[in-house]
Amino acid sequence: MSRRPYFRTVSRYGWWFAHPRYLRYMARELSSAFVGAYGGLVMFALWRLWQGEAEWNALVGFLQSPPSIGFHLVALAFALYHTITWFNVTPKAMPVQIGDRQFPGGIIVGTHYFVWAVVSLALFILAGAGT
Amino acid sequence: MTPRRIEFEILRYDPDKMQKPEFQTYLVPCEEDWVVLDALNYIKDELDRTLSYRWSCHMAVCGSCSMMINGEPTLSCKSFVRDLPNQVCIEPLNNFPIERDLVVVLDDFLGKLNSVKPYLIPREKKSLEEGVYLQSPAQLKKFKQFTLCINCTLCYAACPQYAHDENFVGPAALALAHRYNLDSRDVGRTARQDVVASNLGIWECSFVGACSEVCPHGVDPAGAIQQAKIASTGDYFMDLILPGRKS
Ligand code: SF4
Ligand code: FES
Repeated sequence: MSRRPYFRTVSRYGWWFAHPRYLRYMARELSSAFVGAYGGLVMFALWRLWQGEAEWNALVGFLQSPPSIGFHLVALAFALYHTITWFNVTPKAMPVQIGDRQFPGGIIVGTHYFVWAVVSLALFILAGAGT
Repeated sequence: MTPRRIEFEILRYDPDKMQKPEFQTYLVPCEEDWVVLDALNYIKDELDRTLSYRWSCHMAVCGSCSMMINGEPTLSCKSFVRDLPNQVCIEPLNNFPIERDLVVVLDDFLGKLNSVKPYLIPREKKSLEEGVYLQSPAQLKKFKQFTLCINCTLCYAACPQYAHDENFVGPAALALAHRYNLDSRDVGRTARQDVVASNLGIWECSFVGACSEVCPHGVDPAGAIQQAKIASTGDYFMDLILPGRKS
């Protein structure tokens, strides 16, 4: 009897097709590319605004075109997927224990949505005040 | 009830006779209340005495009967045949070298467990006469979940990060380090940080979360690793604000 352990190799690419849970993970990773792209777009818009009215209006015209609306819808879907999956795991990453009682995970997740809603509302009000 | 006949396709490897593993099929008449381990025992007793696999408790506490069942890292003593189709594929645990048939080499995992100093490091060692280290139920609750690990290594088989870099300390060892770090009787966190907070420790984890999905005891190693990341990030900022502070 001899020892000759057999090593199996894992493909560098394509492993994420081996199980749905890996695909879900890759979708979450991919979602950050869209979140990042949207962030880039916002920065670009600010730069155009700073350049002047004509540049800004040209950008607004582009934003209203079908490809731009298509991108925004896809980016929104990925941003929602990113946010929801992220918020859902917060009780695991930040459990709260008071005395010997564990704080229900639902409240921790709910607090995140609440803060998100408050910040969004504040931004809308600020944006409205500026017009 | 008449037994259901299930076809088990089992990946076999004999280092003395084979260059690489190959599947072998066995038809097993399974009783309704059997788990996969019972079917393996039937094969060993009635069909083929050469089949090798590990098991001990048959009740999901020893952690030795781990294998891939239809592609899922599973305890074979916890996997009921009534939940499985008529064809079942059994392979040794992913991400570990195969020693023989369904037996894998666990040396790497055991070394990693050891590397995180998985034992109580008290502030002051007490002699036996001085009695036990006291702890309140609330203090125990902080880490109880992470004590439930049975070292079955299913989490390592599920982890793509470990699959791609075998130097990753990995889910169970990091969860166990976290378990001791959270223990009110322990002061060993600093001593563990070299391994835990390294690039091959918690920072190698990209939070796939597969480990927690396959864990048979709800240990949630992914949760432990994220908590450890938050704590280490806190250390980093505290060191920036108060250089030279005692951690
Ligand atoms: S953390 Fe869970 S899956 Fe990993 S070794 Fe421990 S019991 Fe097994
Ligand atoms: S035989 Fe002990 S866990 Fe399965």
